Order: sequence, then C-alpha cells, then structure tokens
Amino acid sequence: MKPLDRKLLRDLNHIRGQVIAIAAVIAVGVLLQVMMSGLVTSLTETRRAYYERNRLANVFASLTRAPDSQLAILAEIPGVARVEGRVRGAALVNLPDEAVPIQARATSLEERGEQLLNQVYLTEGRMPGQASRDEILLLAGFAAAHDIAPGDTLNVTMNGARRTLRITGLAQSPELLYAAAPGQMVPDPARFAVIWMQRTSLAAAYDMSGAFNEVLFALGRGASEPEVIDRIDSVLDRWGGTGAYGRDDLVSDRFVQEEIAGLETMARSVPPLFLAVAAFLLYIVVSRIVQSEREEIGLLKAFGYTNGEVGSHYFKMVLIVATAGAAVGCILGILSGRAMIPVYTKFYNFPFLVFRPDPTSFVIGVGASIAAASAGGLFVLRRVFALDPAEAMRPPAPADYSRTVTFDGPVGRMLDQPSRMILRGVARRPWRVAALIAGVAGGMALSAGMTTIYGSFDTMQDLSFTVIDRSDATVVFNTPLSEKAALELARVPGVLRVEPTRDVSAILRNGLKTQRGAVSGMIADTELSRAIDKDLRPIPLPERGIVLSQSLADILEIEPGEMLTIEVREGRRPVLEVPVVRVARSLIGTPAYMQLDALNREMKEPLRITSARLMVDPARADEIYATLSDMPTVAGVTVAEDLQASLQRLMDEGAGSARYIMGVVAFVITFGIVYNAARIAQTELNRDLASLRVMGFSKGEAAFVLLGELGLIMLVAVPLGSVLGYGLSILIAKGFSSEIYQIPTGFDPWSHGFAASFTLAAAMVSGWLVKRDLDRTALIDVLKSRE
Amino acid sequence: MTIAFTAKGLTKTYGEGRSAVHALRGVDLEIPQGEIVVMLGASGSGKSTLLNILGGLDHASTGTVHFRDICLTDLDDSGLTRYRREHVGFVFQFYNLMPSLTARENVELVTEIADNPMRPEEALELVGLKERVDHFPSQLSGGEQQRVAIARAIAKQPEVLFCDEPTGALDSATGRAVLRVLNEVNQRLGATVLMVTHAANIAGMAHKVIRLADGQIREVEQNETRLSPEEVVW
Repeated sequence: MKPLDRKLLRDLNHIRGQVIAIAAVIAVGVLLQVMMSGLVTSLTETRRAYYERNRLANVFASLTRAPDSQLAILAEIPGVARVEGRVRGAALVNLPDEAVPIQARATSLEERGEQLLNQVYLTEGRMPGQASRDEILLLAGFAAAHDIAPGDTLNVTMNGARRTLRITGLAQSPELLYAAAPGQMVPDPARFAVIWMQRTSLAAAYDMSGAFNEVLFALGRGASEPEVIDRIDSVLDRWGGTGAYGRDDLVSDRFVQEEIAGLETMARSVPPLFLAVAAFLLYIVVSRIVQSEREEIGLLKAFGYTNGEVGSHYFKMVLIVATAGAAVGCILGILSGRAMIPVYTKFYNFPFLVFRPDPTSFVIGVGASIAAASAGGLFVLRRVFALDPAEAMRPPAPADYSRTVTFDGPVGRMLDQPSRMILRGVARRPWRVAALIAGVAGGMALSAGMTTIYGSFDTMQDLSFTVIDRSDATVVFNTPLSEKAALELARVPGVLRVEPTRDVSAILRNGLKTQRGAVSGMIADTELSRAIDKDLRPIPLPERGIVLSQSLADILEIEPGEMLTIEVREGRRPVLEVPVVRVARSLIGTPAYMQLDALNREMKEPLRITSARLMVDPARADEIYATLSDMPTVAGVTVAEDLQASLQRLMDEGAGSARYIMGVVAFVITFGIVYNAARIAQTELNRDLASLRVMGFSKGEAAFVLLGELGLIMLVAVPLGSVLGYGLSILIAKGFSSEIYQIPTGFDPWSHGFAASFTLAAAMVSGWLVKRDLDRTALIDVLKSRE
Repeated sequence: MTIAFTAKGLTKTYGEGRSAVHALRGVDLEIPQGEIVVMLGASGSGKSTLLNILGGLDHASTGTVHFRDICLTDLDDSGLTRYRREHVGFVFQFYNLMPSLTARENVELVTEIADNPMRPEEALELVGLKERVDHFPSQLSGGEQQRVAIARAIAKQPEVLFCDEPTGALDSATGRAVLRVLNEVNQRLGATVLMVTHAANIAGMAHKVIRLADGQIREVEQNETRLSPEEVVW
C-alpha cells in the first residue's frame, strides 16, 4: 500500500465518529431510494404481470339484469375484443364464532371451460366441479383470517336463502388486490368474503338463469376507452346499467396505483435531501482536514507530488465515505425492501410478489451520493491546489476578523471576551453558521413534522369514531326499503337509537371533474353520523342542496355556492343539479351528505332507505347482531369497533407504516447533524480552547466558547425548525392522505415540544461528547503544533 | 533569596513497557524568584517536559515540585487550572492568539479572570504596541503577534512567565525586540522568566542557564555578567 493511502486510512480512523455519522446519512438516503424505487418496480411489474396473466378486464359494467343474448350485441361494439357476462350477488357468511354476519360477494365462474377474463388465481385446492351445485372457491385472505381450508363447509345466506357450501379451493383475483367490502373504504380480510361458484348454480340462487348482471370487456389494440364506454352505456341503459368504467376507476386498482404513486413521490423527493446534508457535512469536515494539513500538503508538493496526486489523496477520502455510505445504503435498501414485501403481500392480495431492486436505483443512489459528495470535495480541492509549497510550510496567517463586528456600543462593551469570540466567529462566516442552522432546523422540522403526523393519525381515528360517526354499527339492506325497516330495527331489544340512511350511487360531476361515489341521505337531526366543520361543530343539513366533504370538494374543484351535477346510477337514474351548501371536514373517504327527505324528493322515491346506523346497549351487542343476521333484508352489518381496528391495521401495515421508518430516520438525522455541528466547532476551535485552558480558564469556561456557537445555532434552529416542521407536517399529511383517509394537520404543541426536547438533548449529548474529548486533549500538543 | 520552584527527584515517563519514553529521569532543581532562567538542550532532552510540569500543564510521574509553598504534584486538574490562572503566564512559539479578538481583547481575555491585573493598554504599552491595540492578529506582523502574546501573558502580573521557544518563529530584529520585552518584564514586574530554547546564544542574557540532556540536568551555570538583548548574537 502506498504511504499516502495508509495515511488516508489512518485519517479516516481518526475521525471515524464523523465518518460514520456522515456515511449513515448517505446510507439512509440511498436506503430509501433503493427500497422505495424497488418497491415501485416490484409493485408495478407484479401488477402488470398479474393483470396480463390473469386477463384483467379493461372495462367493467354492472346492471340490473340482461339476457345473455345482449352479450353478442356488446361484442359487436368497435374496439371490444372480448366480452364476458357474469352473475354477481351480495351474500352473507355466517361463521359459528362470529356474532355479526360477514358481508360477502358471490361471483360466477364460466362453466364452459376457462374463464376468459378476470381469471382467478388458485392458491390452494381445486376448481369447483363442472356439475356440482354447492362447491365454491373462497377468497384466500378471508380463509386465512378464519383458518378455513379446502374441504371445509361454509354457511352462506344468498338472496335470503341459507345454504351450506363446500370449499374446494382458495383463490385470489386481479380485481381484488385491494379487497374492501362494498361501501367500505378500508379492507378487512376477516370481514369481507368473496366466493366463486359455477354460473348455473349461482344464477339459480339469484334468479339470473340465462342472464347476467355484470359484464367484463377486454379492449383491442388502439381502442378508445371513453368511446367504448359510451357505446356500452347506451346498450346497457335499458337493462339498468349503472355506467361502465375503466380500470382506473376499479377501486382495487385505484388504491394500488395511489400506493405506487405515493412511493414514487417519496423516492424522488426524500433521498436528495439526505444527500445534500451529507455533501455539506463532508465538505466542512474534509476542508477542515486540508486546513490543518497545510504543512503536509506543502511538503508533498515540495517533494514533487503534483496537484492531482495530492488532490486525489483528499478526494479519495470523500469518495470512500460516499461509496461506503452508498454501499451500506444499497444493502440495507434491499433488506428493508424484502422486509416490506410481506407487508404488501398481506395487504394487497398479490399471489406472488418478489422484491426486485431497480438496478437504476443503485446507479442513481451511488452516483448521486458520489456526485453530491464530490461537489463538496471540489471546493476542498480548490484549496489544495491553491496552496503553494513555500506558503504552506509557513504557519498560516491568523484568520481575518477585522471586518466582523466591533463591540463599541453600550451593550457590546458589556460582553466578555469569550462571548465576543463566539459572536465574531458567527459574524465572520455567516454562511457556514446559516448552513448549520438550516441543517439542524431541517432535522428538527423532520422530527416535529413526523411526531405531529403520529398524533394526527390518532386524531383522525379519534375524530372519525367519536365525533363524526358515533354509531356502534351500520346495517346495510339488500335493496332500498321503506322507512318501516328502521322501525323494525328499533324494536330489537337493546337497540337504543336507529338512524336511517339512504346511499345512492352516483357519478358526481363538476364540469370535467368527476368522481364515482355515493350521496348519503341522512335525517335532519342526525346524532350518530354527522358532517362537521373545521371547529368540529355539526353542520345542519339543509332542506335543499348538498354538503360535500373537503376531500370530495378538492377532487371536484368545487366550492360552496356552485352547482353540482349528480348523475344517479340507480332507480330512474335521474340527473340532479344541486347547490353545494357547505364543505365539511373529512377524515375518511369522500362522503357527500344530503337530507334524507331532500334526497328522496329529488329521486322522486319517497321514504326509501338503504342502511341504518345503530346505537346499541353494549351488554346486548352480540345478541343484537345475531338477531340482525337472521333478517332476510340485511345484506351486512359493520361494527364500528371492527372498522376502527381495520383502519388502524391499514395505517400500521400499509403506506401509513412508512411513518415509523421516517420517524426513526428523522431522529437519526437530527442527531447526526447536531453531532457534526458540534464536532466541526470543536476542530475549528481546538487551538483557541487549548490556549484558554493554558491561560487558566477552567474546562467549563473553555467549553462555553466551544458550545456557545452550538447554543446560538440551537437558539435559532429550534424555533425555525418548529416553523418548518409545521409546514412539513402539512406536506407529509398531504402525502399520506389518500381517498381512504385524510390526515388532519395543525400545530401540535406537544409534538413540537417533543421534537425540540429531542433536538436539544441531541445537542447536549453531542456537546458532552465533544467536551469529553476536549478535556482529554493534551494542551501542549495542540499549542505547539502550527495549526 | 526567595526560591520560586523546588523540584526533587522529578521523573516523567510516557507510555509503558518496552515502548516507554523517559522524558525526565530524576531532576532536582531550585529556581530563585525574579531571575531569568534559560533551559537549553537538544531536542528530546526533556526541557519542554520540565517547563510543562513547572507550568502546571502536565503531571510528573514521580517526584515533587513546589511553587513556593504550593505542592504542584499534589494538585488535581482544577488545582492546576487555578495555579495557572493566578500565578503564571505562558508565551509559545506560535503565539496562539485568538484570531477573533483584537490585541486589546486578547489581553482582556486574561485581565477579566485575573485577581490583580494591569490595564490591558498598559500591558500593550509595555510591549510597545500602544498604537496597535485595536488591531486583529491578522493585521499584525509575526513579531507584533508575539508581543501581544507576551502582553497577554504579563497582564495578570504573574509571578512566573513561561516561554517555550518565544523567538523560534521570528527573524533576528523582531526576536531581539521580544527578548527586550521579556527582559523588561523581568525587571519592572519582578517576574521570574523561565525560557526554553534551542538557541544557545540567548543564554547570555539569563541569570542562570540550565543545560539538559537525556532527561537529566547536566549543568547549571550562573552568569556573572549578563548580555543585554541587543548584544545577543542571532
């Protein structure tokens, strides 16, 4: 090994604390880059392969009932490559140990052989027999949640009739990556089942023989999806079609897409932040080394080493730190990516998902680290090149402070000399101090932002289930019923309050902006489910007009006072024009509220309800749910507690779980920056501090000069970080918010206090670490060196 | 004659076992108050180690050192800090001024924590820098910087002034100016001046010359007649 390389290794060992801290910052940046872009690639590729292999339809349409003969007409539509009609029905699964019946969906399987579209993926067992009337496939996720295996039987209520069905296999489907029960935003594998049955048996159960109520389309190359959808709608209109829609509007696909987009945004925006911080720290540390090794540099040049040789010696230092950090980041990125895969396979029903690190992410990660570090390194090289040997061999001239601050004023004269040293140090190189302040404030902001977000997730849950929706359970009926159904529910012993609701599925339109969803009609004096304003006060529902959730108003870009078009997709399918009256705070989903009477009036269908919210006596809850499950009109019961639990799971295991990683990273980075700031101050002041000690200043007095600057930095950085953290929390909340849930934001004193305490604690620990080293420094060695 | 320092059986060993370096191997010494004492010796002779121990910057391995009735070898770290703060001043080869403080402020750094200091301006006048009090180190020549360092060291009116190669980085004219200042400090303040140097010629201006070699005192010489700083040959 060349002597210079040996020197390099020893130098690195000497400053290993800082080297590790900087490499860690780089590693975290690269880790996130590799992990997130790897997940993006894996999810995108797997989704594409799964859709292709199992022939996911391009367009979907539901209708009331159409004879099979219509399929031929649909197949004639230009652009349509394949058509497949299906029978689909709502069902309830009754499990012996579950008080509440579980919502289920029954879907037909093509009997004549292979399914053309939306093929199921068999994970276990076999397909139902051709002629069998009671054999089914069951959704694998549901089976796993209840420990059900092929060979078991299942009690299912279909169209009011109870049947016992035999499970021959477990399956997944590309249309069910995100499997949430109808009307539910949040998937709960234990509370939503899908069963597949031979078409003849299912058609018999739902009175659909020779007919279909759902149709799937594969489009040919170059087909225009909007045009095809228009043509399909015009054919299905007379058969009760609710409007065809493309893959983009398929709930399952939309959520997966949103997840991928979220990961992509984070992969693009977060890592550069880390690399910039690392580059700055590297620059400071290495330029400090160059400054202290002027003599050696001069000597090497005097021996005949070229600028390039000497420069590359220091440049190598930068490269080693950057490369080591990036390499560790790559490895950890792959490991954490792999660790995230089970989370995704569990959450999204992918039959197979392999973490495939994106090769370009390595190139980008390592390349960007080296480039960022080199940018810092180049400034350092400039100084190395500028040193001429003779100049370097002389002791350096003292740093010029003549243009900083004079302390002639009355306040200035009161300052003691150590304080003046601190202030002039700051004044001489304001940019360096500003950069350190920015670094620490950035760390503090990340910490405050992330802590706020933790709280916001809890606030969201809390508000959703104690302020907005205070019901204990929601009962969904098979079909719209008269208001008498609510009275029937109220008569069940233990039911304390019943509030009927009518949900009407509709396309909401404001100009070109549309959203498929539902309008909820609620009674005027609703107590259990309310629209609230930003101050958490209930918004009274108007006689005429609609109240939109903020999330929906944002999607539709509509404001109170404007008219909203509601294209109802059921019943007479009227197109309504209603004024938007208020915008309500929204936390879960994208609800739209109207008064029940007003909605029914608009629909010209008086006294109809589709669901009811209940408040029940907790002591009798199980008994009540058992009674409800026996009612033939009930399609499903959702218990608020279960919903809350599944939401919590969603936030902890889905995209929301990234908040834990980011939280840890925020605190690690804050410490890294603060520690480096303290170390940098120490190396720069080493000599001055030793002089003070020799003059008889105590360790504490000398440490004041060292830590004074750090204190000043903290003094500015903490409040600044708090302000930035507030802004950041809004951005992060936006990033985490989706159509499923919206993270509320606000200034949370506790979170900011916590982050500030952590940042200050990091400063104290760093201060203590450098002070410990300072106390151990051999005074004489420092003073007799030439700087 | 009052004795400032008494050292008995002083040893200093760095490291352990086979790699141990014996910087001092049993030094006995007395230094009278108010004299200029020059310690001469080749590199590695132990002169700087001895100076550091006497100055309270380093601990002896064995033996005792007394400054008057204070036993330095008994003092802990904070005791030594107090000793340096109250009794001694230091001047180093590379000045070690605070670049962020003006000449006056550098001196004030010491007068602020001393019990009975002279005015900073007075100290600077003593070293001939009355006109340069508001200049920063970057605006002073090497000789001027060293004189500020001396002003800073004497401003607390120390009983002892330790100088480690004070002229090592200076040319002959500035070197002589510095020696002149040291001589004056000795005469006007009655401070004992202990100077470590390679330069044997400086020995001529001392009251006493101590020669060290291999960690031991080889010779102590009392100058009958002393040279003035101007007579020191460079």
